[in-house]
Amino acid sequence: MVALRFLRALSLVRCSGPGARSPSYRARGIRRAAYACMAASAGPRRAWSRALLRKIRRRPGRGLRRPRAVIRRRRPVGGGDPLEVALRRLVPGGGCMEYCRLLEEAADYVKCLAMQVRLMQTIVDSASHVNSID
Amino acid sequence: MSSRRNRARQSGSSRITDEQINDLVSKLQSVLPEAGIRRNDRASAAKVLQETCNYIRSLHREVDDLSERLSKLLEESSSDQAAIIRSLLM
Repeated sequence: MVALRFLRALSLVRCSGPGARSPSYRARGIRRAAYACMAASAGPRRAWSRALLRKIRRRPGRGLRRPRAVIRRRRPVGGGDPLEVALRRLVPGGGCMEYCRLLEEAADYVKCLAMQVRLMQTIVDSASHVNSID
Repeated sequence: MSSRRNRARQSGSSRITDEQINDLVSKLQSVLPEAGIRRNDRASAAKVLQETCNYIRSLHREVDDLSERLSKLLEESSSDQAAIIRSLLM
């Protein structure tokens, strides 16, 4: 369940003491956790979740970087319609899909993204309430 | 329109009909917020794609903004309150 995953990830964020980072670094970490939890909960059946997890795990500076020529990538679909091109850029993994698949994936991605936003908003509201009690 | 038909020809065995595309477009329309397109109207595919792109961009911005706010909240909350939040996970 995405809520539990995300709360668990948040609890690991170090705010003070040794190992604490700058606020902007923390915010980026939280953002990455949000997308990772969302993708992990969607599971491997969706192309957008697989693409998102690949992108998150492929962090710069970690391990050896494969030279670009070796990376197996399907030929991206040539753009005709600028709206279709824009959508392909916004949906993770959208570059190489067939048009029908793109529409399906976009619908699922939007649904999960909206749910993630609602979850984060709920957490922010609850935490603000907890903070204001004192 | 012609680009879609070209695509259908290129895909060979999987003949994608306009009907299938319209079906998928209306499914996409159903996940969008109502403010963009009125649900009752059968919006054109172009309008739905435009609204989808706008909506995804706004959701990305919201995730960024909420991440910043969560980061500040985690910093501000005292260790007691952080323990309360952690205990919610158990």
